[in-house]
Amino acid sequence: MESEILIEARGLTRRYGPTVAVSDLSLTLRKGEILGLLGPNGAGKSTTMKMLTGNLAPSAGEARIKGISLHDAPTAAKQHLGYLPEQPPVYPELTVDEYLRYCAGLHGIASKARAEAVRLAKQSCGLADVGGRLIGNLSKGYQQRVGLAQAIIHRPPVIVLDEPTVGLDPIQIREIRALIAELGKSHSVILSSHILPEIQAVCSRVMIINRGRAVYDQPVTATRNAQIESLLVTLKRAPSVEALTRIVGIARAEDLGGGRFRLALAGGNDPREVLVDAAVNGNWGLIELAPEVKTLEEIFVELTSGDEQERKAA
Amino acid sequence: MNNILTIAGNEARRIFVSPLAWAVLGVVQLILAIVFVLSLLDYARFSEQAGDAFGVSDYVGGSLFGFAVIVLLLVMPLMTMRLFAEERKSGSLTLLFSAPVSLTQVVLGKFLGLLVFVFALLALLAAMPLSLLPATALDLGRVAAGLLGLFLLMASFGAAGLFVSSLTREPTIAAVGSFGLLLVIWLMNMLAYNDSIPFTALFGYLSLIGHFESLRRGIFSSADAIYYVLFTGLFLWLTVQRLDMERN
Repeated sequence: MESEILIEARGLTRRYGPTVAVSDLSLTLRKGEILGLLGPNGAGKSTTMKMLTGNLAPSAGEARIKGISLHDAPTAAKQHLGYLPEQPPVYPELTVDEYLRYCAGLHGIASKARAEAVRLAKQSCGLADVGGRLIGNLSKGYQQRVGLAQAIIHRPPVIVLDEPTVGLDPIQIREIRALIAELGKSHSVILSSHILPEIQAVCSRVMIINRGRAVYDQPVTATRNAQIESLLVTLKRAPSVEALTRIVGIARAEDLGGGRFRLALAGGNDPREVLVDAAVNGNWGLIELAPEVKTLEEIFVELTSGDEQERKAA
Repeated sequence: MNNILTIAGNEARRIFVSPLAWAVLGVVQLILAIVFVLSLLDYARFSEQAGDAFGVSDYVGGSLFGFAVIVLLLVMPLMTMRLFAEERKSGSLTLLFSAPVSLTQVVLGKFLGLLVFVFALLALLAAMPLSLLPATALDLGRVAAGLLGLFLLMASFGAAGLFVSSLTREPTIAAVGSFGLLLVIWLMNMLAYNDSIPFTALFGYLSLIGHFESLRRGIFSSADAIYYVLFTGLFLWLTVQRLDMERN
């Protein structure tokens, strides 16, 4: 069953004068999906998120939240939205409780339900002990959590988080990731990050943006079960390169020195079993056999550095 | 409406948790108390010569309110400078922009929050002439007209300051800018006295201070009140337009 579409963006474009920050970007996010936005600095991640949350009007294209256009009915659309920008939008002179109560009111939570909403948000973000403290006196990590609490206080179906784990210590990062994963079950979450393992750990889909364009948009599972590209083997008593290439399924063998070889595969075969048999029969002394898959990092580097080289060449 | 009140409440709270508001209230009260006492002593000295035609409300109330305008001209830019500029600088403006509220509600909420501070300042100010009540008969209508005039004037100052604050991200620049803007509108009154300039009557009419004079003297004219309401409305509308531009 296809679940409900919560965010739909078509042809989002944003120009700042002559520079194009985001160009013709489209994305669809269904309920229960967590989309990770990846990209080098200045790729347009934050601009995209600002457009999806109504903080920035797109030069062209349209964004819809729960089917409501952000352009035609901004207040109705924003009702279903929680947004944590890069800089947590907090007031340092207020206490955590005061601030969250205000955010609850701002998002239209009835005054009777506010105390409960504040309590739940504090509980989810690990803020229960600091409710009475001034936000300005909290550490960066806690301020980040307050920002996150603000984004989820009204339990919006769509949550947009711009680098939510920046400035947190490793334990807090794990907690926030767990929280995002939890939120992702019942809400739609878009988050941006520089940290690739984070995207792989939390997200169900990855979108890579480079120079304002979406260059990759696949489920994370695609990056996990990627096809084996090559094998790395270490042999104590290495045979000649020709002997290795004779094995069915191996196209090329590259001698890396010290008995290590990188074996390029020929057309979708998995020659690992044959290779082990050959190693045993030939008494090659196989001590290491590792498949090399295309990781998210390699995909990322490949897609984002390609035109860097083009630019240099031009 | 609820949204406006929520924003106004938060704004008033933030104004009053900052030491700036209390310092401003204290200093303004101190300066005006000195003026009040001096004019009271003056009146006590000359009241016999002045006779019945010249009452304590005229003299004390008039000079107090007249001086208050100058002090408030200096002080209001300090109170309005943070409203948008600081929020933009710290990034907290995003909270308002991504919340399900319209820009008009944001601007009106902030303005109402500022008015809470204005009311506090006026209450402290009004307490001075009213403290004479047990001792003498005050012309209460006259004091009320003066206070209403001050309120309208401060609302206009506040709206102009709010607009300038929405133009920049540096609170100090907002303060300097709105001080300059207010002074220029004020000075239009001066132009009105110079006969070599055309449209002197127009300049005189547009000046902020001209409309306060009659209220200070206890004459309530709806034209003056409407002038201030229009002035305030214009700058609030400009602020909404300016914030809308920011998104595009």
